Amino acid sequence: MSVLAPPEPALTPVYSYPDALPHVPTHYCPGCTHGIAHRLIAEVIDEMAAKERTIGVASVGCSVFAYRYFGVDFAQAAHGRAPAMATGVKRVRPEALVFTYQGDGDLASIGAAEILHAAVRGEQITVFFVNNAIYGMTGGQMAPTTLLGQTTTSSPAGRDRATMGTVLRMSELLAQVDGAAYVVRRSLHDVVQIKRAKKAIRRAFEVQEQGLGFTMVELLSSCPTNWGMTPEAALGYIRDEMVPAFPLGDFKVPETRAEAGA
Amino acid sequence: MARELLKGNVAFAEAAIRAGCEAYFGYPITPQTEALEHMAVRMPELGRTFVQAESEVAAINMVYGAAAAGVRTMTSSSSPGVSLMMEGLSYMAGSEVPAVVVDVMRGGPGLGNIAPAQSDYTQMVKGGGHGDYRQIVLAPASVQELIDHTVLAFDLADRYRIVSVVLADGSLGQMMEGAELPAMRPPRAADASPAWALSGAKERDTNLISSIHLDPDEEERFNHHLQAKYAAIEAAEIRHEEHLLDDASIAVVAFGTAARLVKTAIAGERAAGVAVGLFRPITLWPFPTDALRDLSERVEAILVVEMNMGQMLEDVQRVVAERCPVGFFGRTGGVMPMPEEIAARIRALATQLGAAVSDAPEEVRT
Ligand SMILES: Cc1ncc(C[n+]2csc(CCOP(=O)(O)OP(=O)(O)O)c2C)c(N)n1
Ligand code: SF4
Ligand SMILES: [Mg+2]
Repeated sequence: MSVLAPPEPALTPVYSYPDALPHVPTHYCPGCTHGIAHRLIAEVIDEMAAKERTIGVASVGCSVFAYRYFGVDFAQAAHGRAPAMATGVKRVRPEALVFTYQGDGDLASIGAAEILHAAVRGEQITVFFVNNAIYGMTGGQMAPTTLLGQTTTSSPAGRDRATMGTVLRMSELLAQVDGAAYVVRRSLHDVVQIKRAKKAIRRAFEVQEQGLGFTMVELLSSCPTNWGMTPEAALGYIRDEMVPAFPLGDFKVPETRAEAGA
Repeated sequence: MARELLKGNVAFAEAAIRAGCEAYFGYPITPQTEALEHMAVRMPELGRTFVQAESEVAAINMVYGAAAAGVRTMTSSSSPGVSLMMEGLSYMAGSEVPAVVVDVMRGGPGLGNIAPAQSDYTQMVKGGGHGDYRQIVLAPASVQELIDHTVLAFDLADRYRIVSVVLADGSLGQMMEGAELPAMRPPRAADASPAWALSGAKERDTNLISSIHLDPDEEERFNHHLQAKYAAIEAAEIRHEEHLLDDASIAVVAFGTAARLVKTAIAGERAAGVAVGLFRPITLWPFPTDALRDLSERVEAILVVEMNMGQMLEDVQRVVAERCPVGFFGRTGGVMPMPEEIAARIRALATQLGAAVSDAPEEVRT
């Protein structure tokens, strides 16, 4: 009589890497929210079964290597030019789901013209705008999004309105543009906000696929390294300092649900 | 195709369409704007892409995107606009995407003027943007060549995954002349896109178009790869014209419109008995180095004529390496050298040679 084999342990994985985010260790600092943003985008690409028709355009900033982490076709644009490059890609590959992934220095400073006019033309692309109020990659200089009084290596005494101006709110600005179909700001500082951010990412891709115009999801993010904070304190800084300066919300959404085809 | 009267700017735009250009991105600038306007009508008519960009910076990056996606794409501009494209051209060289740029050069520096010039030679032939890179540079001298070079530029760009430049000038862009357009090529099938292009990673590994190599050793290896490609282009793609050089003791070296003006001057000088001919580089890069070196061993003197203050002159001097004297005549700032002025320089050189070289044939001393 044979001995019964013990039953296989019934372990079902409940959390793993999305298909669109192959298991490649990233170079991001501990506690940096770039990783969360990547994961959310990849999860949405999986959920939309869009991996084989997605083309990403990486920018110059800490996310310059985004192409290493996403399992989709990618281009790596010059600093600030990702929306122009994405325009070229999307115009000749209208069937593709095209997105850019840009930091605040990239998008709001050197690339201000390119992002504005991509919106003006109503380019059918989705922009993920990772706003951490600083130039992360180059070691913490002031960005157009740096908060008033915030110290950075190039505003060592704090951002001074008289000589350095004050925060540029790109979502509010771009929402004024008729070609923009979907422009929202979300935050990555806690679980509730992260879930909201994911929904917005999904919505932006859907609006792109419906051909309604330019779409952008701004994500308030942390840079613990250059802010000189622990990861936890950095999340608190987003909540307590950034959110008041950059209110969360929907600045432009397709007018009716019918128009959005939802 | 029948010969027709065509304006240079319209001719190269239409030639690009017929060569299979599927996406044009540009920004208005005189003396090139008719090309953009032609594209604005024709590209949508054919269901192809036309975008008026917000700047030349954006235009070249749109070209970069479309090229990365694997279609034939181009932009056209004039000198100040081309200066703004240098960043994009460097990135395109660094990620090896093919594209065509037509530069209808005008007088500079700065805003300069809208008159014809050849003062972007150094910028286009030597690089202009950052990094060790090259682009193929073709120098047409007629509307017909503007057409032919545009078609050739697309073919070479695709063959070598490189940017090809058609270096024209305001007079070629604005001039109307009899020329023949090529037949319309059938558009490339969507599934015939190059294996490296971005098209969505369906049933294949992901593709990446990037110019970043963070590891210096890797970047050096990539640069060596580029240099090997450039050497292959130098071995196979040099083009030049020799006109009345068989018996010449004086060779004029000139490209593009300047070469055309030189031909008129040469006709007059030949009639007066001066043994002068023209050496015309058609590819400015790769430069016709060997042919020019051979020539410098055959002739007694070389005169370089340009619509700038001697940009190609430096290349001629480098190649000739004092095998024979090299003179220079240039007009700049949008002023064209007139055939009579060129003829006077040729004549002066002939007279000089006559004095220095006693056994020179009688006619050289005219
Ligand atoms: C033309 C050009 N200028 C400057 C730089 C240097 N540079 C690299 S990243 C960067 C700032 C990036 O900041 P941001 O876009 O906010 O991205 P983050 O690193 O914060 O995610 C700068 C200035 C560059 N690469 N190219
Ligand atoms: S420097 Fe800042 S933005 Fe860059 S990876 Fe580190 S924490 Fe993230
Ligand atoms: Mg930043």
